[in-house]
Order: sequence, then C-alpha cells, then structure tokens
Amino acid sequence: MSTETTQAAEPEDAQVTLYDVDHPAPVIEPPRARTGKTPKASRTNFEMYGWLFMRLSGIVLVVLVLGHLLIQLVLDGGVSKIGFAFVAGRWASPFWQVWDLAMLWLAMLHGANGLRTVINDYAERDTTRFWLKWLLYAATVFTVLLGTLVIFTFDPNIR
Amino acid sequence: MGTATLEKNDSAGPVDSAENSATHLITVTLRIRRFNPEVSEEAKWEDFTLEIDPKERVLDALHKIKWETDGTLTFRRSCAHGICGSDAMRINGRNRLACKTLIKDINPEKPITVEAIKGLTVLKDLVVDMDPFFQAYRDVMPFLVTTGNEPTRERYQSAEDRERFDDTTKCILCAACTSSCPVFWNDGQYFGPAAIVNAHRFIFDSRDEAGEQRLEILNDRDGVWRCRTTFNCTDACPRGIEVTKAIQEVKRALITRRF
Ligand code: HEM
Ligand code: SF4
Ligand code: FES
Repeated sequence: MSTETTQAAEPEDAQVTLYDVDHPAPVIEPPRARTGKTPKASRTNFEMYGWLFMRLSGIVLVVLVLGHLLIQLVLDGGVSKIGFAFVAGRWASPFWQVWDLAMLWLAMLHGANGLRTVINDYAERDTTRFWLKWLLYAATVFTVLLGTLVIFTFDPNIR
Repeated sequence: MGTATLEKNDSAGPVDSAENSATHLITVTLRIRRFNPEVSEEAKWEDFTLEIDPKERVLDALHKIKWETDGTLTFRRSCAHGICGSDAMRINGRNRLACKTLIKDINPEKPITVEAIKGLTVLKDLVVDMDPFFQAYRDVMPFLVTTGNEPTRERYQSAEDRERFDDTTKCILCAACTSSCPVFWNDGQYFGPAAIVNAHRFIFDSRDEAGEQRLEILNDRDGVWRCRTTFNCTDACPRGIEVTKAIQEVKRALITRRF
C-alpha cells in the first residue's frame, strides 16, 4: 500500500519501483501444469487403441496410398487418362470400391486422430480444445459418410 | 598429505607455478538468463566475463560469479558432484547438469548461454518451480508396494531380475528429461519422462506388486501414449539412462498385458 503512494508521488521512478519485494511481478506459468487436482485415470484403453491404430492404419495406408498414387498418376498415361469414364470403370469393380473405401476410412480416421493429438498438444484452454475437437469430429464424420455414400451409390449413367 | 602437495609446488618454483596457473586460465563469457520478479517482469540476458580454468565446470563459473561478482545470481545446487539432481539447466541450448559440464567441452570461445530449464515456472534466474514435476512423480507411486506379511529378512531377487530395471534405478530426479520434452512444454499434464522412468523402476521390479496399478495410471490420457519418441529425454539425461527405451518398454508392457 505504501508503494502505491510512493509511485504516485514520484512518477519518474514508476518504472523502477513498479515491482518490489512485496509486489513481485507475475511469473509466467507454463500451460496446464500438473497439480494434486489433475484428473485421475479414466481407466479406459482408448489412448492405447488410438496409438495402435495410428501404427496399424499407417502400415496399411502405405500400400493403399502409394498404390493409389501409382495407378492414378503414373501408370498408363498418368493424369491425362483420368476422367469420368476412368472413375466409372474402376468403381464398376468391387475390388476398387473396397480399396477406395478402406483408404477413405483409414486415412480419415488416421488423420483425425493425428489432428486430435495436435489439438491436445497445442490448445491450452479447455473450451478451445472442446470446440476444435468438435469441429474436427464433425468434419470427419461428414467426409467419411459422404465419401462412403458416393462410392456405393455412384451412378455411371448420370448425365 | 598437505605437506606433500606443498613440496610438489615448491619444487616447481614459485615463478613457474604462477606462470602456469596464469596461462592455463582462459577468458569465457557466460550469458545468463536473469529474471527477478521483485525488480522487473522481463527476463533478460546478462553477460559475465571471467577468467577460468577450462577444466573447471559451468557450476564453478556460476560460483565464481555469485561469490565474486554478483551475489544476487540465483541457482540451485547441493552436492556439486552429479548426484543430487538440483542443478539441471539449459546450457548452450541443451539440458545438462552444471556440475557435470566442463567449460572446455562446450566451446568456450563463444559466449556460453545458461538458462533455466523449460516448461516449469521460472521463479528467479535459474530456479524453477519443481512442484508440477514432483506431482507427476508422486502420481506414479514411486515406492515398493507389497502384500502379505513383512519378511524377517531382505526380499531376495535374482541378479537377472535386478538387471531388468537397473537402468531406471539411476535416476536422480533432476528434471533434465521432462523439461526437454516438447509434449511436456505444451501440456504440463503429461506425466513426462522422469515420472515414467520412475514408474518403470517399480513396474519391472520382481519384488513389487503394484505394477498393474502403475500401468493403469500410465495408460491414461496423460500417460505413455503421449510420448512421440522425440528422444530429447534420452539425449538430456545426465545419468545416461535410455529414457525413451524405458518409455517404450512401458508401452510394450501395456500392449502385451492388455491383449
Ligand atoms: C502413408 C502412410 C502413413 C503412415 C505410415 C503414417 C504413420 C503415422 C504414424 C505412425 C503416426 C503417429 C506418430 C506419433 O504418434 O508420433 C502418424 C501421425 C499422423 N498422421 Fe500419418 N501415416 C500415414 C499417412 C497419413 C495420411 C494419408 C494422413 C492424412 C490424412 C496422415 C495424417 C497424420 C497426422 C495428422 C498425424 C499426427 C501428427 C503428429 O502426431 O504430429 N498420415 N502417422
Ligand atoms: S531420467 Fe535422467 S534426466 Fe530424467 S530426471 Fe532422471 S536423471 Fe534426470
Ligand atoms: S549439484 Fe548435485 S547434481 Fe549437480
């Protein structure tokens, strides 16, 4: 309290006497420090399954994605061959339907879980985390469902 | 014993020894990150230039500054011999113990930067608030848990069973690993490598009976699955513990025991 009067009396000293033993400057706390009140274990295996899924889906994606890129962009004339007819021709076969479906689901869930990790890493406030994840999950569900719908209801005779 | 040392010095001749000690001193600059909340809210770099034997340690340089130049320089140290774990700091951008880092090993031609370890609240100069670090340590139950009657003699363990967790017994809780981990920097709720190392110490101890419980704790949101195998912790550990490997072993134990 006495400091306040001192500051008022000597404004030119304000910068020097702003902080002292009784009025220390605020320290910079790191995000989300662990305390005794940090929530205790939730007793599920969710994080473990998430971790395993990243690795397993990654292995499968190597084949699916590289195969996809090879077929679409390199073999048989490269990009120039891609057109409505090319897509229609491939999706006429259940094999390529399943291939693209698996790629869609695995890449989307893999990517979504990866972004969940990124949000957990970088979003500090609980409300920020909540909304970012909500957005992520909504976008994922939308894309996966829409993609699945298209693969199965694709009509080659559409005009 | 004192006499023997004296005689040795005498035989070298007074002029010689004086010259010797003068020539092997070098001039180094320590660039120290200072913070004093009682003076300013800003942390700032301050350079100290001193003459020192390159075979001395960074801790000796800090002592020299504190004792001879600026008594307000604040840092923790206790044993000064790499065993108490109180003087982990970021030296030239890497977490090390000041008492185990020789000046000659860290390029004394350039200014040597010294800062507090990251990811914990800096209280003053090189001193950080270790509470969150020790909270994570406490949360993994770092003590022997057994059931049944106390044996009347020591609990036997074979040499192989002891070997299983030998590496993680070496931890001195200096926090060099945890405060080098980018996941911990961004989210302090992550248990961090040191807590996992100390859980490993008991999970793989054949005499302990609470391994399952510790695995359960580390199976959670803030547990081992947040580790991204950056290896910063292994690089930082002054005890040479293979920290990342220990974390992976806990992951593997979780997977093999859950399936
Ligand atoms: C091509 C084969 C792929 C493999 C082998 C693979 C593997 C992995 C692995 C193992 C992780 C976990 C990393 C960690 O926990 O430290 C990961 C993370 C991630 N992946 Fe993939 N992935 C592949 C393709 C993809 C694709 C197609 C996407 C996008 C849809 C994607 C997006 C992500 C994201 C966003 C992360 C999180 C990044 C991070 O943790 O920092 N990945 N990937
Ligand atoms: S594991 Fe190594 S770096 Fe981490 S607290 Fe223990 S001694 Fe320090
Ligand atoms: S002072 Fe004890 S470890 Fe460095």
